[in-house]
Amino acid sequence: MTTAFIFDIRKYSIHDGPGIRTTVFFKGCPLVCWWCHNPEGQSSSVELMYRENRCIRCYSCVDVCTQNAILVNGEKVETNVEECIVCGTCTEVCYAEAREIIGKEMSVNQVMKEIESDFPFYEESGGGVTFSGGEPLLQNEFLLSILKACKEKGIHTAVDTCGFAQWNVIDQIRDFTDLFLYDIKLINDSRHKHFTGVSNELILKNLRKLSERGNNMIIRIPIIPGINDDKETLNQIIVFISELKNIQSIDLLPYHHIGIDKYRRLHKTYLLPDAQTLSEEKISELKQIFVKSGLIVNGLFK
Amino acid sequence: MNERVNKLRQQSLEAKPFISAERAEFVTDFYSKNPGFISEPIRRALVFKHLMENKTVYIGDNELIVGEKGQAPKATPTYPELCCHSLKDFEILDSRKKIPFVVSPEVKKVYEEKIIPFWQGRSMRDFIFNEMTDEWKSAYEAGIFTEFMEQCAPGHTVLDDKIYKRGFLDFKTDINQSLKNLDYLNDPNAYAKKQELKAMLICCDALITFARRYSAKALELAKKESDPKRKSELNHISEICINVPANKPQNFWEALQYYWFVHLGVTTELNTWDSFCPGHLDHHLYPFYMRELKEGTLTKEEAKELLQCFWIKFNNQPAPPKVGVTAEESGTYNDFAQINLGGLNEDGSDGVNELTYLILDVIEEMRLIQPSSSIQVSKKNPDQFIKRSVKIIRTGFGQPSVFNSDLIVQELVRQGKSVVDARCGGSSGCVEVGAFGKENYNLTGYFNVPKILEITLNNGIDPRTSKKIGLETVDPKKFNSFDELFNAYKKQLNHFIDIKIRGNNVIERLYAEYMPAPFLSLLIDDCIKNGKDYHDGGARYNTSYIQGVGLGTITDSMTAIKYHVFDQKSISMDELLELLKNNFDGNERSRQMLLNKTPRYGNDNDYADSVMKDLFDVYFNAIDGRKNTKGGTYRINLLPTTVHVYFGSVIGATPDGRKAHQPLSEGVSPVQGADRHGPTAVLRSAAKMDHVRTGGTLLNQKFTPQLLKDEEGIDKLVHLIRTYFKLDGHHIQFNVVDTATLRAAKEHPEEYRDLIVRVADYSDYFCDLSEALQDEIISRTGHQAI
Repeated sequence: MTTAFIFDIRKYSIHDGPGIRTTVFFKGCPLVCWWCHNPEGQSSSVELMYRENRCIRCYSCVDVCTQNAILVNGEKVETNVEECIVCGTCTEVCYAEAREIIGKEMSVNQVMKEIESDFPFYEESGGGVTFSGGEPLLQNEFLLSILKACKEKGIHTAVDTCGFAQWNVIDQIRDFTDLFLYDIKLINDSRHKHFTGVSNELILKNLRKLSERGNNMIIRIPIIPGINDDKETLNQIIVFISELKNIQSIDLLPYHHIGIDKYRRLHKTYLLPDAQTLSEEKISELKQIFVKSGLIVNGLFK
Repeated sequence: MNERVNKLRQQSLEAKPFISAERAEFVTDFYSKNPGFISEPIRRALVFKHLMENKTVYIGDNELIVGEKGQAPKATPTYPELCCHSLKDFEILDSRKKIPFVVSPEVKKVYEEKIIPFWQGRSMRDFIFNEMTDEWKSAYEAGIFTEFMEQCAPGHTVLDDKIYKRGFLDFKTDINQSLKNLDYLNDPNAYAKKQELKAMLICCDALITFARRYSAKALELAKKESDPKRKSELNHISEICINVPANKPQNFWEALQYYWFVHLGVTTELNTWDSFCPGHLDHHLYPFYMRELKEGTLTKEEAKELLQCFWIKFNNQPAPPKVGVTAEESGTYNDFAQINLGGLNEDGSDGVNELTYLILDVIEEMRLIQPSSSIQVSKKNPDQFIKRSVKIIRTGFGQPSVFNSDLIVQELVRQGKSVVDARCGGSSGCVEVGAFGKENYNLTGYFNVPKILEITLNNGIDPRTSKKIGLETVDPKKFNSFDELFNAYKKQLNHFIDIKIRGNNVIERLYAEYMPAPFLSLLIDDCIKNGKDYHDGGARYNTSYIQGVGLGTITDSMTAIKYHVFDQKSISMDELLELLKNNFDGNERSRQMLLNKTPRYGNDNDYADSVMKDLFDVYFNAIDGRKNTKGGTYRINLLPTTVHVYFGSVIGATPDGRKAHQPLSEGVSPVQGADRHGPTAVLRSAAKMDHVRTGGTLLNQKFTPQLLKDEEGIDKLVHLIRTYFKLDGHHIQFNVVDTATLRAAKEHPEEYRDLIVRVADYSDYFCDLSEALQDEIISRTGHQAI
């Protein structure tokens, strides 16, 4: 039976496609974007997250750790990441839920059960399910199975993707995907490589193909200060989009540094420590650039 | 809003609530001068007449709708015949920080010299407490239940459309007809009926007299008035007060003024629990509105101005304050007059009309705590109606609340009402339902459901006082299964419900015999036809509600025992009892297990939700269908107002991880912070309850402003409401999270574990964010408010 690593299932998602939706977050992503606000979605393997604010200092975790990787340092409970094998033993005794294993292996049936529980809400609102991440295409076999299962139940499906996958993977799921939420970050390839770790060649090629095949799409653009919020960069994106067909609308996702906390909890380093949240004025200014080009724009602002 | 409305509104907001002894004095005078042979209905009618003939007549500058309960806006009368304030009560009211009432030295003097000496030991409250048994008193003192009628008269009443079609002179004709029909030969109650009907006649004349006094006052002011515009207004008011309430209203303005006189009448006659309400105002006024628009005698702006002046009148009437322990708690100025919008027409058609939208504009602009407002949503109503309302809800002042009109009809029909009476009914006060203008539906008191578990776990003893107040069931350490515990709980609950009902049945008779309400009676069908008082079963329908409180707390507590003690065996009963006894001191880890590692209500989890359903059935079966003394039945509803705080304060630690004396969950909402899967899961859980068998449930949902910032968010909330109602949910109220809530969450993270902050496709639990980010979100939320 196919399984996937899922790191969250969020109900009442209202910005990931039409209607009231459930968003399923797949763990693992081929890109490492500097601004990523879901860093727990990057690695394909399970990770340990520690929320210090919840910790009641019962030190049960210290006692059960098989690797002796958890140390008490004054008031602090510290985990030696090098030693930790992410076995999850400590999370089982952590009743305060301060320690949590991020990423759960789930079967299609298990995920479907979660999705189906909100069926009346989808029906009423014209909503459905959105597969996001991380990158759902990275676990494509599972994705295909669950998309098929959803279609059998008459549930509207959306796939939120960075587009970095072999075309046949995308081609396989096309017929079972009612809507693609497709990310564009940068058109300049060397900058793309620099800030995301991969070339955008495949991404843009796939996007063109999808558009030609007649799949419904919403283009999502994260607006990152100092990286792609200048007119020139955005114009390059606009020029690219203008040549595409079947684009319903554009979602602008303004950068927000709120994700910074998650890095700390995951013992990871944030690559954009100094970036500032965009002002309302700046956002509407940027939005206008798109609107003037005749694009339908939704700003998913705060 | 125009200048007039702005000024009146400002005046209403700024006026300080104060105690007026005027009513108390008139009532005391009457009782002291009229002892002896006089039937109680007649006595009460004469008291009413005395009040209407003598109380101060007040017309404020630029008012269009006239009439106050006391001498000025925010004058708050007292009702010593129901419950007499002591000087100490007044000290508390005068000095408490929250919801104070100014009590002047004159008022204190009158009370000391006249009111207290006359009523002390003689009020209804004294009477009630004298009649209650020891077991009732023990349960009451333990905080098992409260009793609404100890400080207020039965009320909770909503008017139908009768006053818009007929005047008080018409009602007199009906009463006289009933008098004529009395059959002294065959009806042993004929004489009693005569007393009641005569009393109603006196009340009709009294209200007409009251209005005429207003007419005369307006005329007098008009004579002195130099501004020609105001002079003409005052002359017009004078004419209106001659026509209504004697005759049916001729236009929109008269209709509002008529209602207002009736409102003052009901709330002066007695302090009815939960004020008095006009009900479906948009339906009632619609014919006047449309006709006058067509004839050109009224513009939309004028109608709006009149409605706004009407709104301010409600806000001028703080809820009469309580006595004793209740006075020490903060309480509220809200007298729970509720105005219903939308829903269904009498014939079952879509009840949303143009006036509905105009009234929604009024609610948004007025932004007053009184009157409160609700939308009644039927599947037949347009989405546009809900969307318009959601735009008001998102401004964050808690109004309007949202009700399921189609379900309310089902609930009322199940209780035996005709379908037409059910459609013309709705919700009132808090969330409870009734057939407007035709029912005495009476909230009799809150019932502390989790306290029953505490007593069960202590084998009949209240651990707070060590007094034995319940049944000895089984030594809790000897329960062999969850079923055994559940059965003991059931026995214990039935025992206390019986005590409550026995008490109620006495109290109902006390009101029927000693405190009839002939004025209110003449307004409610079929009191005139039956020649019987509202308090004595005169109404067409008579329902007594017992409101269950703490559904989330009891569900999670029971589930925790079932899961941890009997299923998983992660803790023994002995250990659990020890934890509770010690309020989890020194064992925070176990408390965290109960809090976080237990299936909990509000997460669409069948394990917990099936326990909830069983608990619901036990409560329902204990109450529903039992007979009251008015020819009606007991029913249940699940709402707390603010009593979940008091009820929590009398309970020690509970198995759901709640610490001693903390508030209980409220309504049918999950325990604060227990719902971790968003609003759809909460609604799914709540909808597993059979709301049709209740007379109202209350569900509160916190919403962060980000979820409602744009059209898309609003549309999706409309869908959320529609889905909940499709699943037969009764009511939902959205509290848009403000900066104060976020600050509270920062301080008490445990109670706000469910609070999710969403920024575009990013989301996180607010309480898990660093302090800096929390502060940033707090400041951003502040900017977004309105």
